[in-house]
Amino acid sequence: MSIVTEPVAASERAAELPSRLPPRKAGTARGRTDAVVGWIMLAPAAILILTFLLVPIGLTFGLAFTNARLISPEPAHFVGLDNFVAVFTDDTFWASLRNTIVFTVVIVPLQSALALVLAVLVNTRTRGTTFFRTVYFLPVVTSIVVVSMLWLFLYQKDGLINVVLSKVGIQGPDWLGDPHWALLAIILMSAWQAMGFHMIIWLSGLQTIPAELYEAASLDGASRWQQFTNVTWPGLRGTRTFILITITIAAFGLFAQVNIMTQGGPLNSTSTLVFQAVRSGFQQQQTGYASAISLVFFVLVLIVTLTQRFLTRDKEARR
Amino acid sequence: MRTKTHRKLMAAGVIVATTALALTGCAKAGGSAGTSGGELVMWTHNAGNKAELGAVQKIVSDFNKSQSTYKVKVQAFPQDSYNQSVTAAAASKKLPCIMDIDGPNVPNWAWAGYLQPLTGLDSTLSKFLPSTVGKYNGKTYSYGYYDVVLAMISRKSTLDAAGIRIPTLDKPWTKTEFDDALAKLKASGKFQYPADFMTGSTGEWWPYAYSPFLQSAGGDLINRSDYKSADGALNGPAALDWAHWFQGLVSNGYIAKKSGAASDQDFMNGKTGILYDGSWAADEMSKKFGSDVVLLPSVDLGKGPKIGGASWQWGVSKTCGNTAGAMAYMKFAAADKYVAQVAKAAGTIPATAAAAAQVPGYGPGEVNAKLRDFSQKQAVVRPVTPGYPFIATTFTKAAQDIINGGDPKSILDQAVKDIDANQKSNNYFK
Repeated sequence: MSIVTEPVAASERAAELPSRLPPRKAGTARGRTDAVVGWIMLAPAAILILTFLLVPIGLTFGLAFTNARLISPEPAHFVGLDNFVAVFTDDTFWASLRNTIVFTVVIVPLQSALALVLAVLVNTRTRGTTFFRTVYFLPVVTSIVVVSMLWLFLYQKDGLINVVLSKVGIQGPDWLGDPHWALLAIILMSAWQAMGFHMIIWLSGLQTIPAELYEAASLDGASRWQQFTNVTWPGLRGTRTFILITITIAAFGLFAQVNIMTQGGPLNSTSTLVFQAVRSGFQQQQTGYASAISLVFFVLVLIVTLTQRFLTRDKEARR
Repeated sequence: MRTKTHRKLMAAGVIVATTALALTGCAKAGGSAGTSGGELVMWTHNAGNKAELGAVQKIVSDFNKSQSTYKVKVQAFPQDSYNQSVTAAAASKKLPCIMDIDGPNVPNWAWAGYLQPLTGLDSTLSKFLPSTVGKYNGKTYSYGYYDVVLAMISRKSTLDAAGIRIPTLDKPWTKTEFDDALAKLKASGKFQYPADFMTGSTGEWWPYAYSPFLQSAGGDLINRSDYKSADGALNGPAALDWAHWFQGLVSNGYIAKKSGAASDQDFMNGKTGILYDGSWAADEMSKKFGSDVVLLPSVDLGKGPKIGGASWQWGVSKTCGNTAGAMAYMKFAAADKYVAQVAKAAGTIPATAAAAAQVPGYGPGEVNAKLRDFSQKQAVVRPVTPGYPFIATTFTKAAQDIINGGDPKSILDQAVKDIDANQKSNNYFK
């Protein structure tokens, strides 16, 4: 899971530079020079993003309308909407779409709630709190590939998890081999791995809430729970929106865990859109088809993100 | 004024630094394609496989010592990511000069223009086992040092104790006999699973090991008459018989749905009674169990027992900058003593009869000599079509879905649909 930060606008940067010269206005010579310097500062990042992000995305959208193969002595031909017809009539695609949506819908509340619980727990000034923050953050910095391999062993039929469950008297299922449990197994593992990251973000949100509000609330006789719902929760509004959007976008891109642990899972129960795109593009060498899946994925993520932004927009700030 | 000049200088410095950094990425090491500083680059999938990699490296150092015109350099890759590495290199026109190829992929890579035909080796290669020479469209593109066979590995003591007949190549187990045997082993209660088919493996193992069962039942991965469609071969009644049998092995508890990471160890530790594995495991088993270990032919599901054939082979890339050197190496490395060396290190069947005489255990009349018979009588090569990589992944997914309890008919029909569509969209690889 990663965040993409937007480059700071050039004019903002230019405005912050200390200067004894008269204020700069756009259109004046000084204003233009500042703009030029701003663009020069932006250039390295812009070039990299253009070359390695925007150009490949553009190529993918173009390839989606051709019959390009990964290995072929013949060049690609334009085939119109054939790839999209094939995508929408493929059972595996609908299964992947369903799994991706189920995964997102379950993991967003689960992971953000767990991360919030952790953040509240470590938001104290006692000794040892830094130790706990580090420990909770450790899974995030561990490679997802390593984590997947580890949990592959834990989830075995006679693995650690089932052994522990049997001590409590529960007969654990074949986590990764049962079509009903495989997706849940991956959800739990993904939430465990990534919640440390969101814990840190919640933590920063929690620390912006002024302590006087809590004092006032406790003076009024509010219980811990009432303090949480009336002081903490409203104060986390901005953080909440940010976490919602980032977890959703990252959840849509589920790939590494599926690739290592279940390869699409028993009977398509863990196949996701990105996994299917990679599999058909690389293993089955159908680049055009994989590009079509990628384009559908892009549109889906775009719609969901725009909807989320619309629903969580700050109605007050518009006035 | 001062601050403005300062800022400009800083901006200029940033641009220069960034450009320099970016351009280092475009720098090349020098040398033409497939070579590096005058040396011929060789890629192999053997990273982690100390014995086989060591044998290959020894051939390379012998070659480098034997003459001073050409020098070969070995780069080893892990097997799982090897094919993708080659595909990526081909896309960026950075293929090595010499590389090894998994047998069934040779038609696909030859058609794609990765390989060039081998020259000057016809008489040498005529003495090699046919399944070890990679041909496509009448031209020879590769040769391998060895072939491997699949066998049912078990112990005489286990089979005798359970009252199971020991099959021979002329009289292999029939379907009912095999089911009975597994039921007997299960009833004895001594094993975690009666048999282990190594279902925990990934990649090419699935088509290599399990499509022979399909072929033994009378089906096939594709109609080999014209390689145009898989209809009838992969979803006909024979294929459905195979699918139900395969599914039954798991649902009856005879094999694990997903076997452990080290099936050989499990067998040697007595967790399973029969191990379906490649002959490369034979030597290790003999060391532990001596003459108690038996290598048995595969089960006959109707059309005679069948096993996979063709293993890793060596070829020269089309974009090699030093073809003369590459061909010289290929000729040098095809000598019988090197065939014997690599086959011995890998524990596999040597490709030539002369080499077989040099490898202990494979000489005429010796213990492993019958493995050569297995290869000759039972081996079926995987379909010789450039569409094989797609067929392989489709079959793997279908077999996995079948083992997981899906409906065989709809799974196989879908697989046929996908394979036919792929063959057609490639214009049948004309």
